[in-house]
Amino acid sequence: MEIIDILLSVSFWAAAIRIASPLIFATMGELICERAGVLNLGIEGIMVAGAFAGWFAVLSGLPLWAGVGVALLVGMTFGLLHAVLSVPFGLSQHVVGVGVTLFATSTTFFIYRVALPEVSSPPKITAFQPVEIPILSDIPLLGQALFNQTSLTYAAFLTVALTAFVLYRTPLGLAVRAAGESPSAVAAQGLSVTLIRMGAVVVGSGLMAVGGAFLTMSAFDSFFFEMVGGRGWICIALVVFGAWKPGKAMLGAILFAAFDALQIRLQQTGVGAIVPYQVFLMMPYVLSILALVLMSRRAEVPAALMVPFNKGER
Amino acid sequence: MRLEPISNAGPARKLLPPVLAILASFVVAAVLALVAGGDPFAVFGLIFKGAFGSKFALLETLNRATPLIFTGLAVAVAFRAKLWNIGAEAQFYAGAVVTAALGAGAIGLSSVFLLPILAITSALAGAFILLIPALLKTRFKVDEVVTTLLFNFIFLLFVSYLLEGPLKDPMGMGWPKSARLIPEARLPRIVEGLRLHWGFALALICAVALYVIDRKTTLGFEMRAVGQNVEAARFAGIPVTKVILKTALLSGGLAALGGFSEVAGLKGSLTLDLSPGFGYTGIVVAMLALLNPLGVVAAALFVAAIFVGADSMSRAIGVPTYLADIMLASALLMMVLAILFTKFRIRRD
Repeated sequence: MEIIDILLSVSFWAAAIRIASPLIFATMGELICERAGVLNLGIEGIMVAGAFAGWFAVLSGLPLWAGVGVALLVGMTFGLLHAVLSVPFGLSQHVVGVGVTLFATSTTFFIYRVALPEVSSPPKITAFQPVEIPILSDIPLLGQALFNQTSLTYAAFLTVALTAFVLYRTPLGLAVRAAGESPSAVAAQGLSVTLIRMGAVVVGSGLMAVGGAFLTMSAFDSFFFEMVGGRGWICIALVVFGAWKPGKAMLGAILFAAFDALQIRLQQTGVGAIVPYQVFLMMPYVLSILALVLMSRRAEVPAALMVPFNKGER
Repeated sequence: MRLEPISNAGPARKLLPPVLAILASFVVAAVLALVAGGDPFAVFGLIFKGAFGSKFALLETLNRATPLIFTGLAVAVAFRAKLWNIGAEAQFYAGAVVTAALGAGAIGLSSVFLLPILAITSALAGAFILLIPALLKTRFKVDEVVTTLLFNFIFLLFVSYLLEGPLKDPMGMGWPKSARLIPEARLPRIVEGLRLHWGFALALICAVALYVIDRKTTLGFEMRAVGQNVEAARFAGIPVTKVILKTALLSGGLAALGGFSEVAGLKGSLTLDLSPGFGYTGIVVAMLALLNPLGVVAAALFVAAIFVGADSMSRAIGVPTYLADIMLASALLMMVLAILFTKFRIRRD
């Protein structure tokens, strides 16, 4: 069976981890926003902006990690725009999110055209290269898949640990979670729900942009218009799939990425000769919808998600 | 800072913020024009000239506005009932696919029968496409924003498959496009000699019809009630689930009519680039229209003028056409803020 050969190959699992990395960054970003009570549909556009910003910074001569920093800052800027409109003004998070996505995407494309007017194919940068971790990478199968990746992938996993730690082990995390569950209790403690939520959206948006930057700086080495291609929307489904918990959401992203890596490989087998390639390309989106339906029965959604908070109003 | 409702808003309070929002989007565009090295006044002048400067330009603007009226109406009717349909793109293509599949000779009837059949089957296809996310919302409480967005990607891949397989034009030299519609399946021009087809008239009829439904029928009342407060509507005995599903059928059908109009009226066949994001732009159109069906017509004309004008401006002085997209996205964001200021004022604690 070809499928078993694929599942036992190192390259398959290495690809799954690689495909999961940008999703993990952006899913953590969305999760932080939603835990604080804000659905951030700006994610798709913010990832596009981050993908461009990081790549363009490096193209302009900055070191790779500085490029990641630039992407983070650009994401936080768009996050601030979302936060101002959706938190203190309490505007519809659906409309604001779609608006931020349209705004961030079109601004990115505009700047790309202004900055690189003459190019027919976008220039390449020297992207992050795999770093083999000694000893750990000698573990059969998993070692090469997990411990021979780029630094940005390791950073993605660190982000999960950090997110989980802050959310569950620090007073700040408690405040963020409370802002999404019972904002009036947070206000009763003398804390500002507005500031907590805005902070969560800004930080979360920064992570989304780093997820986008992973595409141009680690997975590939160049920027294309359609490269984010709905990954942001998939991350929103992954947050639901992970029941708003960092660890579960990360496992969801890896599972999802494994399916994605599998469909790419299946296209080259006997199955791919019969089934049109579009069916394979549809799978990620179909799986996301299935995940949403399957997980919908578990009511673990933050109680105050999408509920604006206006002080003095009950 | 705190928001306080305004009880007796005068006409100035209702009109000034939206006008300022539109003006502000022009300021954003002016700044970007400067960034790109163009003189803002020259840029706006060229956009205006490109959209209205000649008979050809004006007809081009009306043609571009036609699909936007359909998708704008689809979004407006859905958003009024707080059904967040971001999938007008997929529903638009559903109508286009049905028109291309049935209009290329599969049904041999005269125009009088064939065109209504194509319009109705297209609308049904679009309604069906939105019915799935709507059912997932009412049955499983799955957020329809994400499902409708994901459907856009799924359906576009489906169209891509159709154009390389069952619907591929055998005479298309390998190009992924569908066979040309038979003459009986083409929407005629409103005035002979002018490049404007009956799809535009159909769009206007739909806008008026939706306005009547909204203001004069029980369904219109129920849709607004559900949009304003689901719990209150349920308490008042309104069948919320049914109303949401009816809204979905109406919204999906309207977007699909846009696809029908574009294929049968303008293009004559289906390609993968039939829509440059009409579904998404429909959201901007609907919001600029404050979700009012008649306002949608005005907003679609405005948006189409910006796009058509920006194309011609870009050809003349090289400022990227994405200027138009940024301008409209910022207009959308500022309009939602402006709507808030028509109803609330800011108080400092």
